Amino acid sequence: MKTFQLTRASDSAQAIASAAKATTAQQGAEIRFIGGGTTLIDLMKLNVEQPQSLIDITRLPLDKIDALPDGGLTIGAVVRNADLAYHPLVRKNYAVLSEAILSGATAQLRNMATTAGNLLQRTRCMYFRETNMPCNKREPGTGCAAITGANRGLAILGTSEHCIATNPSDMNVAMAALEATIHVRGPKGERSIPIADFHVLPGNTPQRETVLEPGDLITHVTLPPPASGSRSLYLKLRDRASYEFALASAAVVVTVANGKVTRARIALGGVGTKPWRSTEAEGELTGQAATEAVFRKVAEAALRGAKPQSENGFKVELAKRCLVHALKLATQTA
Amino acid sequence: MPETAQMSVIGKAQPRVDGPLKVSGGAMYASDFHFPGMLYAVPVEAAIASGKVTKLDTGAAEKLPGVRAIFHRENIGKIFRSVQGQGFEGIIDERRPPFEDDIIRYWGQYIALAVADTFESAKAAADAVRATYEKDKHNVETDLKADDEPDEVATTFAPTKRLQSERGKAENAFASAPVKFDQTYVTPTHTHNPIELQAATAIWEGSMLTIYEESQGVFNLRSVLAQMFGLPKENVRVITKFVGSGFGSKLWPWTHCALAVAAARQLGKPVKLVLSRKMMFQTAGHRPRTQQRVRLGATKEGKLVSLQHDYVNHQAILDNYHEDCDEATAFHYSVPNLRVHFGRARRNVGSPTPMRGPGAVPGLYATESAMNELADQLNIDPVRLRVLNEPKINEALGIPFSSRHLLECFKVGAEKFGWSKRNPKVGSMKSGGLTVGWGMAGCTWVAARFPAEASVQLRDDGTVRVASGTQDIGTGTYTILAQLAAEKTGIPLDKVEVALGDTSLPEGPISGGSMVTGSMVPAVYKAADQAIESLFTIATTTPGSPFEKRKATDLALEGGRVFVKADGSGKGVPFADLLRRANVRLVTGSGKSEGSFGNPKPKFSTQSFGCHFVEVTWQPEIARLRVSRVVSVIDAGRILNPLAGRNQIEGAVVMGIGMALLEHTSYDPQNGAPINSNLADYMMAVNADVPPIDVHFLDFPDKQINELGARGIGEIGLAGVAAAITAATHHATGVRVRELPITIEDLLTSSVLS
Repeated sequence: MKTFQLTRASDSAQAIASAAKATTAQQGAEIRFIGGGTTLIDLMKLNVEQPQSLIDITRLPLDKIDALPDGGLTIGAVVRNADLAYHPLVRKNYAVLSEAILSGATAQLRNMATTAGNLLQRTRCMYFRETNMPCNKREPGTGCAAITGANRGLAILGTSEHCIATNPSDMNVAMAALEATIHVRGPKGERSIPIADFHVLPGNTPQRETVLEPGDLITHVTLPPPASGSRSLYLKLRDRASYEFALASAAVVVTVANGKVTRARIALGGVGTKPWRSTEAEGELTGQAATEAVFRKVAEAALRGAKPQSENGFKVELAKRCLVHALKLATQTA
Repeated sequence: MPETAQMSVIGKAQPRVDGPLKVSGGAMYASDFHFPGMLYAVPVEAAIASGKVTKLDTGAAEKLPGVRAIFHRENIGKIFRSVQGQGFEGIIDERRPPFEDDIIRYWGQYIALAVADTFESAKAAADAVRATYEKDKHNVETDLKADDEPDEVATTFAPTKRLQSERGKAENAFASAPVKFDQTYVTPTHTHNPIELQAATAIWEGSMLTIYEESQGVFNLRSVLAQMFGLPKENVRVITKFVGSGFGSKLWPWTHCALAVAAARQLGKPVKLVLSRKMMFQTAGHRPRTQQRVRLGATKEGKLVSLQHDYVNHQAILDNYHEDCDEATAFHYSVPNLRVHFGRARRNVGSPTPMRGPGAVPGLYATESAMNELADQLNIDPVRLRVLNEPKINEALGIPFSSRHLLECFKVGAEKFGWSKRNPKVGSMKSGGLTVGWGMAGCTWVAARFPAEASVQLRDDGTVRVASGTQDIGTGTYTILAQLAAEKTGIPLDKVEVALGDTSLPEGPISGGSMVTGSMVPAVYKAADQAIESLFTIATTTPGSPFEKRKATDLALEGGRVFVKADGSGKGVPFADLLRRANVRLVTGSGKSEGSFGNPKPKFSTQSFGCHFVEVTWQPEIARLRVSRVVSVIDAGRILNPLAGRNQIEGAVVMGIGMALLEHTSYDPQNGAPINSNLADYMMAVNADVPPIDVHFLDFPDKQINELGARGIGEIGLAGVAAAITAATHHATGVRVRELPITIEDLLTSSVLS
């Protein structure tokens, strides 16, 4: 870990102005906002991130969860994951989000981690975390050791020849299925970004993970009102029962009327380089009967573009089973 | 039942006497000690697995604030080699002193050491050291073929014959056996992950060295350091008050310890060095990968006629580690023709070292799995197959067992588990909407005594102090020693002070081999007897003493009170009163007991035995397999503290679940590094993976071991668990896994789909 300067932001404008001096808001940023620190401090200890300056934003008034007039929800950037997961409105209207958060990490980490921080969670690729090994995400142009190495946990969707790192977040997968909007205030003012557009594919710039620019501060996230009559859930599959990133997960929000699915939102975790919304799967499901045969077709559609690596071919079948089972549970009559 | 009085504290569930200290933060672990002027050291790790360092640029590191020195081969000063002596002296797995040459033989090998005023400065300096390497091709191949070695090879201990055991004509008997079984089992590298990281704090005062280290053997560490720094043993003091578990990784010293001592010597200041978790995977031992071929020949009725066990373990480039997978093979079953042989394969890895149940745990995984598969092949119940092949004596040595109740273990275990309801057909058993699988396996572990010394003091405030330079590695040794002293003197546990983990105490055994309790019983009892004898002498010779006219042999001590045997215990006098009347602060007794471990001509074969019955649930829709129930029955002699005892078996079963389903260290073929070197990527069972574990002890005292009949229980609980789980997994899923761990990839091939 390199020495760094820590300042505590007292207002957003000042924080944004300070952070705007960085040359990038992506890998290697010289100035970073810090929330719970559960990813950033870890990476700083490993010298993967070496910011000169950290701006603590946890004292900014961005820690509220409020109902919106339209029936939706607004979630402050520094709301702790645990507070979000246990919020009564979240449990009532957005079960998938609560379940996703509670399936991740540990109670201690969830007490620290923040909403914005979770959106910016970094990959667990082992080569990204080891500075003595090549990694295009950490050090562009050095190559990808994961493609030729230990890639069991890595992505099969959205990969490139330069990077196959998985987005490890559970929360993001639920947010994708809920069609969350991310609200950012930056040097040029405010903007709203649909979560589908917030994370970017690695392509030939895997060091770039989001559309954020220097000085961009996530202020809050909004969720649209819950679709009427919908049920949602998150199913996470992994080697052990707790404290492990997903090998495959599924966030589903479905509405069934008269035995047919009238609306579906589907996102997969543990398999994509970004939280993996599958409109192909949604298209396959909408208007169809809620049967296992249909779900299997939906899963085929979701994984159609999968590119397995040397060690993670099993994820294709595992993700399919995960999605089929999640849809089965979400459409079961009580 | 035990013959001791009802008031006995032996055999009673006693909470840990050190529990309050541990939960309040008062227990001092090796890295908790601080001293004025203390400096912090952080090693620099090699970033290649084979080759040599051609240049070391320390310039930038030296200029960082707070940095005192960057040590390397040129300036660390002399560090000698440690040579093995008699008994537990000078033992070390990685014998090459750190920085002895510039050759790199495994990833993470220490190449330099940064020392600074703070840990943060030292870490920054270590990161700033730039090494240039000449890289060689490394070898971390997982397929293990025995290297070309002579018939007798060096090991960490004595030279050993590769032909470990032979009787009859195993090959011929196999060839002509009506039923043949031939399979190879693989266990991956396992890394010990005690939560307490390895740490050393070294302080020199002139030529006197004190070191605080989380050691499982303070006396061995003392002799290693005395040799490495050219000192008389009495100039070295090792202190280990508490150990946050070791599992074998802290049995023998590692190179960081010598580095801390050398840096403290060079700088004339106390130096503390705490390993990172990553270093624990690189430079502090592991259980090596094993590849084991098991061939069984049997009659159609299931009687074994031939058993062959050929295994290979990986070892480091320089050192000679032998994972004796045949620990139990030669005696566990009755079989007239047997051959056990091993080889080793050198790899660019740090040295392996013993890990909980060394040899027996991977070995019994293989042989017990083979027995389960043979049972399936013969269509015989696996318990029945074992009963059919139960030996009457240790056939390898031709001597009787001191106490073997394995068949009772099976009987009790099967009853508690409900084994008779088992339908052997794969995927046939359902419960709560899930497919269940049942499996079982037996286990065994050697029992013996190490040499041990102890002292017991009776003091004029009515307290007792018992001391020995052994260690409590979390297993409950503090409590057991308190129980032993309380038992002999009749005073309550809270009036017993226990001192452990210090080479200034009487020489105690290593905390290894599950042998501390068994070794300490006779030593503490002798010491207590001697102290009591002194007390009686004082009682009968002090003018004015109520026993002045009596003979020492007329007296007895019970419940902390001395009385005349003939008068009964009613009229006793507290021993503290007798000491105070004589103006004696304390009387001390010393006890010493001989070891039985390694006895070349034993009269009895002394082992513990046991078995595990396991249930798994299988949910094919999501490829989820979980262990849902475990029943373990253990025959380990008399159990002195059932609470601590159960805790040992439960912990071992949890580790066994990890071994079967999760744990493995992967060496990256590209760079040779143990790539999953952290607690997120090296997966162990967490609480949510652990089902109800029903532990039952048979409690047959084994007087060949000691007067209380107590054998050890630290390691046996891990043996056999993985074989029981793989059998249960096969029963549920039809998938036969012979290379651990069982993965989701394996399970996805299951044809049991509902």
